[in-house]
Amino acid sequence: MKALKKTKEWLGKSEILLSLIALLLSLLVSSVVIIISGYSPFEAYGAMLKGAFGSNYYLAQTIGTAIPLIFSGLAMAIAMKVGIFNIGIEGQMIIGALPAALLGTYVTGLPAWLHLPLCILVGAIAGGLWAMIVAVLKNRLRINEVILTIMMNYVATYIVDYLVNYPFRAEGKIIRTEEIQPTAAMTTLVPHTRLYSGIFLALAAAGILWYVLKKTCFGYELRAVGSNPDAAETAGVNRKKYMLRAMFISGALAGIGGAGEVLGFYGYYISNMISGYGFDGIAIATMGRGNPFGTVLAALLFGVLRNGATGMNRSTSIPGEFIQVLQALVILFVSTPGIIRVVQKSWKRKRFAQRKEEVA
Amino acid sequence: MDFVLNLLAGAIRVTIPIAFAALAGVLSERSGVINMGLEGMMLMGSFFGVVGSYLTGNAWLGLLVAMAAGAVVGLFMAVFTISFKCEHMLAGVGINILASGLSIVLLQMIWETRGKSSIVEGLGVVSAPLLNRIPVVRELIGTVSPMFYLLLVCVFLVWIVLYHMPVGLRVRVIGDNPFMAGSMGIKVYKYQYISLMVSGMLAAMGGAYLSIGDINMFSKDMVSGRGYIALSMVILGGWHPVKVAACGLIYGLAQSLQFRLQTVEIPPQLVQMLPYVITILVLIFARNRSKAPAMEGVHYYQKGE
Amino acid sequence: MYAVEMRNITKRFHGTPANHHVNFCVKAGEIHSLLGENGAGKTTLMNILFGLYKADSGTIRIHEKETKIDSPMAAIQQGISMVHQHFMLVDSLTVAENIVLGHEPKKGIFFDREKAFEKITEIAEKYHFQIDAREQVGNLSVGVKQRVEILKALYHESSVLILDEPTAVLTPQEVDDLFRVLRDLKKDGKTIIIITHKLKETMSIADTITVLRKGETITTLPIGEVNEEKLAELMVGRLVSFTIDKKPLQSERPVKMKLSHITVSKGGKKSLKDVSLTIRGGEILGIAGVEGNGQTELIEVLTGLCARYEGTVIVGKEDVSRSNAKKMLDYVGHIPEDRGKRGFVKNYTNWENMILGYHTRPDYITKAGILKRKAIQDVTRKAIEEYDVRTDGIEQTTGSLSGGNQQKLIVGRVLMHHTGIVLAAQPTRGVDIGAIEYIHSQLVRLRDEGAAVILISADLDEIVKLSDEIAVLYEGSIVTRKSADAFTERSLGAYMLGHTRDEEVQA
Repeated sequence: MKALKKTKEWLGKSEILLSLIALLLSLLVSSVVIIISGYSPFEAYGAMLKGAFGSNYYLAQTIGTAIPLIFSGLAMAIAMKVGIFNIGIEGQMIIGALPAALLGTYVTGLPAWLHLPLCILVGAIAGGLWAMIVAVLKNRLRINEVILTIMMNYVATYIVDYLVNYPFRAEGKIIRTEEIQPTAAMTTLVPHTRLYSGIFLALAAAGILWYVLKKTCFGYELRAVGSNPDAAETAGVNRKKYMLRAMFISGALAGIGGAGEVLGFYGYYISNMISGYGFDGIAIATMGRGNPFGTVLAALLFGVLRNGATGMNRSTSIPGEFIQVLQALVILFVSTPGIIRVVQKSWKRKRFAQRKEEVA
Repeated sequence: MDFVLNLLAGAIRVTIPIAFAALAGVLSERSGVINMGLEGMMLMGSFFGVVGSYLTGNAWLGLLVAMAAGAVVGLFMAVFTISFKCEHMLAGVGINILASGLSIVLLQMIWETRGKSSIVEGLGVVSAPLLNRIPVVRELIGTVSPMFYLLLVCVFLVWIVLYHMPVGLRVRVIGDNPFMAGSMGIKVYKYQYISLMVSGMLAAMGGAYLSIGDINMFSKDMVSGRGYIALSMVILGGWHPVKVAACGLIYGLAQSLQFRLQTVEIPPQLVQMLPYVITILVLIFARNRSKAPAMEGVHYYQKGE
Repeated sequence: MYAVEMRNITKRFHGTPANHHVNFCVKAGEIHSLLGENGAGKTTLMNILFGLYKADSGTIRIHEKETKIDSPMAAIQQGISMVHQHFMLVDSLTVAENIVLGHEPKKGIFFDREKAFEKITEIAEKYHFQIDAREQVGNLSVGVKQRVEILKALYHESSVLILDEPTAVLTPQEVDDLFRVLRDLKKDGKTIIIITHKLKETMSIADTITVLRKGETITTLPIGEVNEEKLAELMVGRLVSFTIDKKPLQSERPVKMKLSHITVSKGGKKSLKDVSLTIRGGEILGIAGVEGNGQTELIEVLTGLCARYEGTVIVGKEDVSRSNAKKMLDYVGHIPEDRGKRGFVKNYTNWENMILGYHTRPDYITKAGILKRKAIQDVTRKAIEEYDVRTDGIEQTTGSLSGGNQQKLIVGRVLMHHTGIVLAAQPTRGVDIGAIEYIHSQLVRLRDEGAAVILISADLDEIVKLSDEIAVLYEGSIVTRKSADAFTERSLGAYMLGHTRDEEVQA
């Protein structure tokens, strides 16, 4: 009973409600697009749900897909908290993934309890430092971080592509690095799926982030810098330092996400293994409204969408890219309080009218 | 000498789409809307240019279809950012993802493939009879896409509208201080809507050049970041149409250099990286030289909403 | 004959009425003062008249004809113009471009810039305004900018001119100039409405006065039937004291803080020049000056927000020159001049804002860096009570409080943590009379208890009323510093305009 009440309270916090309304709206509008394209929305969504939840295998796959999404969503969320729009998450994931793969491959003889954490740590540091470049330039030169991060994504992609193509290329036709040592690998939880032990790391990261933001002085100052940098400065908070720190954490989270994919799923770095996670992260963080737990939920939803897309490709003629349309709509609706308020109002008005009728 | 001429000639061609998009960026940002959606607008232009040309068999009609599609995307963005106060950045990101997804879904519907369209009628090239007689000019723009001349016209038009017509004065004021414009009886939303729609048209023209002006087909995500690069050229060119288009040349040169370096013994990835690195360097060295429209990205509420 | 008749106007924002059945009638050719406290609904009413807001109900008649004004464009066409409190000007454009916007002279389809210059110069000459139509607005002083705003109305050939708090940013001399212009316009047959909360000015310029309180019309009276005390009572709804009780100055006032030869350069310009100030406990030092003459920089030096300056700052016996903001908060309490910008975080709860700046003190965090939530909330509860902050509770976001209560929260925060030196910058800007009285009494209490109070304010009345000594800032220098009794309001104004020679001040 108490749990129910809590849930109600939680839902009552308009922010979560807003996200849900936005999701419904997006599904609705997407249905229209599906119909116009000459397909049946039931077929489409049916295939999507089947692709995401159809069996234990698919379910595991869905949750597994959410692992890097949770990291990228959290990375975006903390950057947003300090007021930086970090579109560079994809690059940071890539930059984190490669060193983890290299360390996992070429360092031998370490016990697993040391080797694996070391690889993750290296991924985190690499991603974090790469992200920090943005903060340094923004602090020093006041450059628009949005364009900068996008350009850095391309740079990261090409640098890593070069390294994988030339110095570190494994033998064989496929362009990838050598297989990592077993001591560096994370445990696969359900065989042949993407679900690996990284999920616990992701959940832990969300929990820690929540605690730090909410309860600590660090989080208090960081949020102040993001909401009102002038007031924070007046209160003796060094805002530039916080930009650096937050960007480092953001990049590190992204880096762990990228490293996780190498250490938990692929076992090596392969070109294009990380694609679209950056923009998904934006959508996820927006939908989670900056709350780490909300972000986890949103990431799971996007896991459903991604696997749903695969499902659609598999069992219908509807192109899976259709899911992109749905994702785009989610971003647009979630970040447009105006539309949602209009919807809410009309609901309220209807309810009000009903009540009036009842009274009469 | 030949190398330099080739380099420049190549640069001009690569600059065309960037300059169109940058021009589009100038227009929307001057009216106060940060246009992160340039990328998506361009992509829609590329796609519908091909669709139009495919359906009518005429590339020029294709261009018109592309422009119409761009205007619709602009309108869409206006509804979200201006009427419903969507965060401009997120609206742009949303539109880009939407355009990317939509283009593939439609590609599947029309051509039943997911990668490339079929080859369609293109805009071709024109040779200017008089310019062809002047040596250096001949090599540079003697034979060039008609979109090049269209670009020159558009740059001139945007410049004259912004700086020599009442409409332009109003748009510039709206970007700097929409409240002031409103207090002078100017319908702020109207001008922002128009600016965004024209912006969409211009960006779509840039996109259309990539497809029907160059390779005569559409391929998945063919804009590949040019919209974002255009946005950095807007900053570099100080929100001035002529300067912004000229800045496009910097990127054009980098890209053109990259093409020419690919024949040299350097790993292609490092060469392909060049334009992006140069854009970053440009941003670093061009910082703060001129000011952005003061109220860019700020939501304005008409009539005490 | 009425130029403007607004009857039964009601306007609600999110359900709360800002105007409630307001009646407001202005005779043609008079200067009419619309008087009321902050938040009384004056600006809302005038925004309705100017078409910026739409009234929920009520009628408007202009020159005896019922009309609907649904946009500023319509208002301008009806001959109504408005000079907003925050000037509606674009700095990067010329005077002429700012004025003709929306009604630009054209040559074919092109904007005729030359004609615009000519026209504006012509109008300016007619009314003896000394303004260069080609000058960029960004280069003009506040007084001249206001003149540009008035020129807009003249360009539109408006017959009704609304001015929203036109004297808020002017020196007494500039106010005189403005009033001369307004009387000229009246002679020319224009109808003028002044929105204000200043009684003295109302008495000196208005023909008729309408008082608004809490969104309702209290009364409309001719100037002959009122005096300042009566107006104040009508405006606030109770008797208001014009003086403040201060204990006589103590003979022993130890030096608490000393600034020596402070020079600040910004962008190649010296915005503070060789400023030296001694600040003593038990007195209020008022810093007067037209805004933009170095006040902001002085604040930044005193609070450590700007650490790039020449000269020394000494607190007690300690040299704290060039300390950062965090360190300076240990010595100097800071009530910021722009509370929305520097004072609080909008989406923080009251308890989060209550410790902003003091959140690293051991009272509020553990050694591990975790906030002691319960302790903070207790302190906040106490402070809200003690400093009379009207709020739904400590969990309410500060951004949703009224301006006066936000300010009381900030003042409370500062006074709770400081008893030595307090810097109060524009402490009562944009707050209602109740809050003003309260904040003033708190600052005086602080002084009486031996603290040093530095008061920086653009409101001369406030400076004169509270200060024991007054220093005047002009173009970054302290041009004079004397006991408050040694100034008259006029002489103070003269110093503020840079007339430093005594005969000019006398004149």
